[in-house]
Amino acid sequence: MSSVLAAQSKTAVSALSVDNVSHAYGARIALAEVSFTVAPASFTVLLGLNGAGKSTLFSVITHLYASRSGAVRIFGRDVACESGAALSLLGVLFQQRTLDPDLTVGQNLAYHGALHGIRPRESRARAAGELARVGLADRVHDKVRYLSGGQMRRVEIARALLHRPRMLLLDEPTAGLDIKARADLLEVVRGLVADEGIGVLWTTHLVDEIRDDDHVVVLHRGRVLADDASGSVVRAAGAGSIGEAFRRLTGPVQEEGES
Amino acid sequence: MSEAFIETERPFGWGERVICLYGIVWREGLRFLHQRERFVSALVRPLVWLFIFAAGFRQTLGVSIMPPYDTYVLYEVYITPGLMAMIQLFNGMQSSLSMVYDREIGSMRMLLVSPAPRWFLLTSKLVAGVAVSILQVYAYLVVAYFWDIEPSTWWGYLTVLPALALSGLMLGALGMLLSSLIKQLENFAGVMNFVIFPMFFASSALYPLWRVREGSPWLATACEFNPFTHAVELIRFAFYGQVNWIALGVVAGCTAAFLGAAVIAYDPARGMLMRRGG
Repeated sequence: MSSVLAAQSKTAVSALSVDNVSHAYGARIALAEVSFTVAPASFTVLLGLNGAGKSTLFSVITHLYASRSGAVRIFGRDVACESGAALSLLGVLFQQRTLDPDLTVGQNLAYHGALHGIRPRESRARAAGELARVGLADRVHDKVRYLSGGQMRRVEIARALLHRPRMLLLDEPTAGLDIKARADLLEVVRGLVADEGIGVLWTTHLVDEIRDDDHVVVLHRGRVLADDASGSVVRAAGAGSIGEAFRRLTGPVQEEGES
Repeated sequence: MSEAFIETERPFGWGERVICLYGIVWREGLRFLHQRERFVSALVRPLVWLFIFAAGFRQTLGVSIMPPYDTYVLYEVYITPGLMAMIQLFNGMQSSLSMVYDREIGSMRMLLVSPAPRWFLLTSKLVAGVAVSILQVYAYLVVAYFWDIEPSTWWGYLTVLPALALSGLMLGALGMLLSSLIKQLENFAGVMNFVIFPMFFASSALYPLWRVREGSPWLATACEFNPFTHAVELIRFAFYGQVNWIALGVVAGCTAAFLGAAVIAYDPARGMLMRRGG
């Protein structure tokens, strides 16, 4: 018990702390002693190729399943032991589109609000505010089907913020978006970090989304190869850019079976 | 900002759970309204059995006086409880299909990141499916009424409701359990062949068990062990304002067993999801 308290006090400042997490599917190791933290009001990029273990890590953080060992805490709340408290502080954008295309934007948000125990009236008021934030206040009665890919992503951000999370998790949020939509989405999320003090973990394999002052975690074949400010990662690798640093860290191109 | 922080720390109490349950049922209802084909096919399927199969069979298969009937009944009357259960069987399997689909498009994961306990989320999902299946059954009963199929008193429409709720829960829980085992959508054809057809045909839905026993004693025994038989009998007796206690016990027990197994299958630490990687 005392060790739990000690661990909590040590990590209480982190929006997200991933502590020595390992996981395997049968003999195949997906995550090996992965540790890193995301500070509140910070933009952390999780950089990794397909098959690096990002999906497994997301499943563990969102409590879809428990890791074989290690712990994940959100503001000090253990996802496995206090999942309710931890999940209420967490907003998630999954890689797949999870909006119901036949329902309206407002109905999708209302459903999410209900899942988080928010009363319908309160939920509607919050939805209006969050949709205004992402510039879609006038689309609340439109069916999701009629939105563009970028707009759907922004609706998902509004939805993820509905229960006022302090930590936001985004799994390849820009996949399939055009340049303009990508820039818009990044701007909205960076705004959340600056204005609301939300901690963000942003997964990508596109290095041009990274700014010099972002924190970067490089995940490769289930291991953390770098965990530092982007500029420091570049310097440590003796590279000229984060893209070059990433290529040097992950070595020559290797064939990866899993996507 | 500190205020928002305190608010998210609020525990997920029973008030929140009621809102959560309501939201899940509401969404299922909306989706059902948007899928008219699903409603139509759910209604047409038993009507095909009633209008064509039963009409063709009524001369071949006479049904003698047996509880809960106090007179000779037409074959259409006999198979109506079986068709009511069939609607729920298809609905339960279809909601399992929709859970597999939900998992593929990710909305299952959205459901599971709710701070509500997982058993509560799964049960809510189940209740939502049962509510839809009961609507379908009553739609069928309205049509059947005009075909002169009705309970002995109007109370039958009310007394059958708890039986429908329980049998719906059992079949929905079975579907949920299967959904954790089915890897992909295509395997639903397998569910049809290996679950729906055997359960439906090896039951008392289409023929009384004593008739089955005359033809094949072992099949009659198999029918007796089939939980679907008991769902059918529970509904049949309830439709005539009676309780079949054995059926009630079997259906309640199977509901608990299937639901328990489904909750374990979706449990983060032990579940099937882990082995597969979501």
